Amino acid sequence: MKTTSYGLSRRRFVKGAAGAGALIGIGGAPLSFGSDSLPKMKSPEVLQGRHFELNIGYQPVNFTGSHRIATAINGSVPGPILRWKEGEHITLRVHNHLHHDSSLHWHGMILPTGMDGVPGMSFAGIKPGSYFDYAFQVQQNGTYWYHSHSGFQEQTGVYGAIVIEPANPDAVTYDRDYVVQLSDWSDQRPEEIYNTLKKRGDYYNFKQPTVKDLWQDIKNKGLSQSWADRRMWNEMRMSRSDIADVTGYTYTYLMNGNTPEQGWNGVFKRGEKVRLRFINSAAMTIFDVRIPGLKMTVVAADGQNIEPVSVDEFRIGVAETYDAVVEPSDDSAYCVFAQSIDRSGYCRGTLSPSPDWQAEVPKMDYSPLLAHRDMGMAMSGHDMGAMAGMGPMQGMDHSGHDMSGMTHNMDMGQHSDMNMQHAMHKMPVEKPAPAGMGSQRKIAHVNTEFGPQVDMRSQSPMDGLSDPGVGLRDHQERYGRRVLRYSDLRNLYQTEDRRDPQREVQLHLTGNMERYMWSMNGIPFADAEPLQFKYGERLRIVLVNDSMMTHPIHMHGVWSELETGDPMHIPKKHTVIVQPGSKISYLVSADAVGRWAYHCHLLYHMPGMMREVHISEQGDLS
Amino acid sequence: MKYGFLTPVLACLLTNLTPYAWAHSDADPIVSMLSFKQFEQSKIGDDTAAIWNVDAWIGKDYDKLWIKTNGEFAHGQRQDSSIEVLYSRAVATYWDIQTGWRGDFNDTENRQWFAFGLQGLTPYFFETELTFYLGEHGQTALKIDTEYELLFTQKLILSPELEVNIHGRNDRQTGTGGGLSDIEAGLRLRYEFTRKFAPYIGVNYHKKYGQTAEYSRDSGTDTETMSWLIGLRFWF
Repeated sequence: MKTTSYGLSRRRFVKGAAGAGALIGIGGAPLSFGSDSLPKMKSPEVLQGRHFELNIGYQPVNFTGSHRIATAINGSVPGPILRWKEGEHITLRVHNHLHHDSSLHWHGMILPTGMDGVPGMSFAGIKPGSYFDYAFQVQQNGTYWYHSHSGFQEQTGVYGAIVIEPANPDAVTYDRDYVVQLSDWSDQRPEEIYNTLKKRGDYYNFKQPTVKDLWQDIKNKGLSQSWADRRMWNEMRMSRSDIADVTGYTYTYLMNGNTPEQGWNGVFKRGEKVRLRFINSAAMTIFDVRIPGLKMTVVAADGQNIEPVSVDEFRIGVAETYDAVVEPSDDSAYCVFAQSIDRSGYCRGTLSPSPDWQAEVPKMDYSPLLAHRDMGMAMSGHDMGAMAGMGPMQGMDHSGHDMSGMTHNMDMGQHSDMNMQHAMHKMPVEKPAPAGMGSQRKIAHVNTEFGPQVDMRSQSPMDGLSDPGVGLRDHQERYGRRVLRYSDLRNLYQTEDRRDPQREVQLHLTGNMERYMWSMNGIPFADAEPLQFKYGERLRIVLVNDSMMTHPIHMHGVWSELETGDPMHIPKKHTVIVQPGSKISYLVSADAVGRWAYHCHLLYHMPGMMREVHISEQGDLS
Repeated sequence: MKYGFLTPVLACLLTNLTPYAWAHSDADPIVSMLSFKQFEQSKIGDDTAAIWNVDAWIGKDYDKLWIKTNGEFAHGQRQDSSIEVLYSRAVATYWDIQTGWRGDFNDTENRQWFAFGLQGLTPYFFETELTFYLGEHGQTALKIDTEYELLFTQKLILSPELEVNIHGRNDRQTGTGGGLSDIEAGLRLRYEFTRKFAPYIGVNYHKKYGQTAEYSRDSGTDTETMSWLIGLRFWF
């Protein structure tokens, strides 16, 4: 009989908690069935207690039929599930057996800056053959994860799940819980993927519009309408099919380390409440998750409890976590299905009363195409037809049409990020809008956004809050699926910091897909000054996505309190999806002194699309 | 290489205008590419020739060194060939300025040029090069090259290409006349087994105009040719 190492019932957990530091690896190896050629890789173990020994090392794996070397924690991909308890002081000794520097970052954890695990900001990194002792107090509960913050090690396996038991009785009732960790694996080295994208930004996109699509369009809509539809994309040299940079062409998507062929398996007894702790640990893949036949009650976002929302489907950005409770009332097998945002692949698992059962795997949904709104165009609702007669340049600014970007670029060389912000704040400053309702400020594109490094600037970005996202917008009408939106998220508890923001920082997510360059405000991390926050201040960050990619943005050290419309119940997130051509705003209480990373969590965007946030007593209150 | 000295001068000029520090971050590693854009056998009547058109570049996001070479082997020896060594600087979202040296080699007379051009992507996705050349004896030339890709499927791709050459004055030794010298139009249908490996078949039409055609007639060669192509496109 096959059992799963992820199935850790609550009762079992409570029993096991006595053995602090003990290793609880139950069950067989999920990777050891299905094919004889599969690797002799350990299944992720469950570790709990107050002290942890973690070893980052090389590990032979075979996810695709070819042998590769992964970088793994304690010999498994994903690494062990760490079970902590809120309020406890824990220590973790992390050994680095790689030939390169390594690190572990505890994603979403509120902890001292020196324990955050970002080389160059929190500490110097862990040298090969050396170790680092992490020690901190666990101040929160819920579902989180951890990963390397060095190089591209996340892509090759250095990630794992964190589950924190609350100090007080859990607000969520459930009979058993499972970690469902989604990730993407490639047999290509990550450096090779990155360099390939630099040579050809659309290398992995095999869903590009063809002559056949054009012919279909002409047949359905007529020549002039088809021409008009394509006009703006053609003039802007943008592809409507540019949904994901790296796709199923090279990726094998994993659920708890299982390939789609293997599938993960979780058991339940009829009538039980099963809590699924979804974690997106992919390097580059945003997933859309559903369980055909089961309603999912989303009870937590990014580890933090929310007012329960019942949905059929949700999008999970890279680094986000969602906890969903399902309650199967019959003895059936259900497919836990996670398809990539561009529908180039999926990973899956089965929830069933018996580990031998397999649920039917649904077909992937249609491949989405970007719409004009994803370019930050002003428009009413979803009416695409209204766009047809509109000239390509109206409401849109695009540097490629002339060479003016060049002169801007040359002028702006000496300006730093901070200078730009000063400049912006010197504009007639009205008081920021009250907490919870989002920004009312004008969207302004700073001069550094003009140049070869930027291919688009949203002129009229829509609010991304109630947008389910590219490819999900019609799922209600088309499939009758209720899709989770950010506007559904309400903190289960009352907002702790009720102050209105004292100031606003507007940051633009910028890039050039063709050149594969990514930046914020047109300035890559290497050339950017840190953002200065004053300790104790409450501020609003407005992110404007001046690109057609969906960017999950993660701020370390402090919460990103997403303004979803109810000032009294602002949900706390650590990673926020910014929809293409859209804006979104959240509040930050700068209550943690230190140097914190702030970046896009798509691994190959991160080197450029990153900032250091410096929170200090002096701060910057310009 | 009379004008060769201009290359470093211009390179320095452009480099000094660079608004960005020379960052050594992971975001901008040194990347290189070797691309056999056309590597083909052409057939005109009973005549065959091997033709290459190869690009190589190395550099970072903003600054690259480009080497472009093309030419032809026929009757067991190298016929016309040319090589360009260019410094390339990203100046706009879809455009690079490229400047450097070009050498033309043939069995009669070799020519060297200073090259200054734009390379990039026009609206409607035309990969385009527009290069101005200044020769060592004061001659001038302009080359326009543009290519489009039409996807029948994700792997079957038709690629029309057009090259136009204009020269400032007659050059009897190389057989080029002033004004519009020649036009070359190619059509290649390739199948991308992978993005990096694609065999193709195609046709190429070449026509000489004006004084260039005159020179051609004088030497008894065709002014208008149509050739069949079979080749391989691959890159690393």
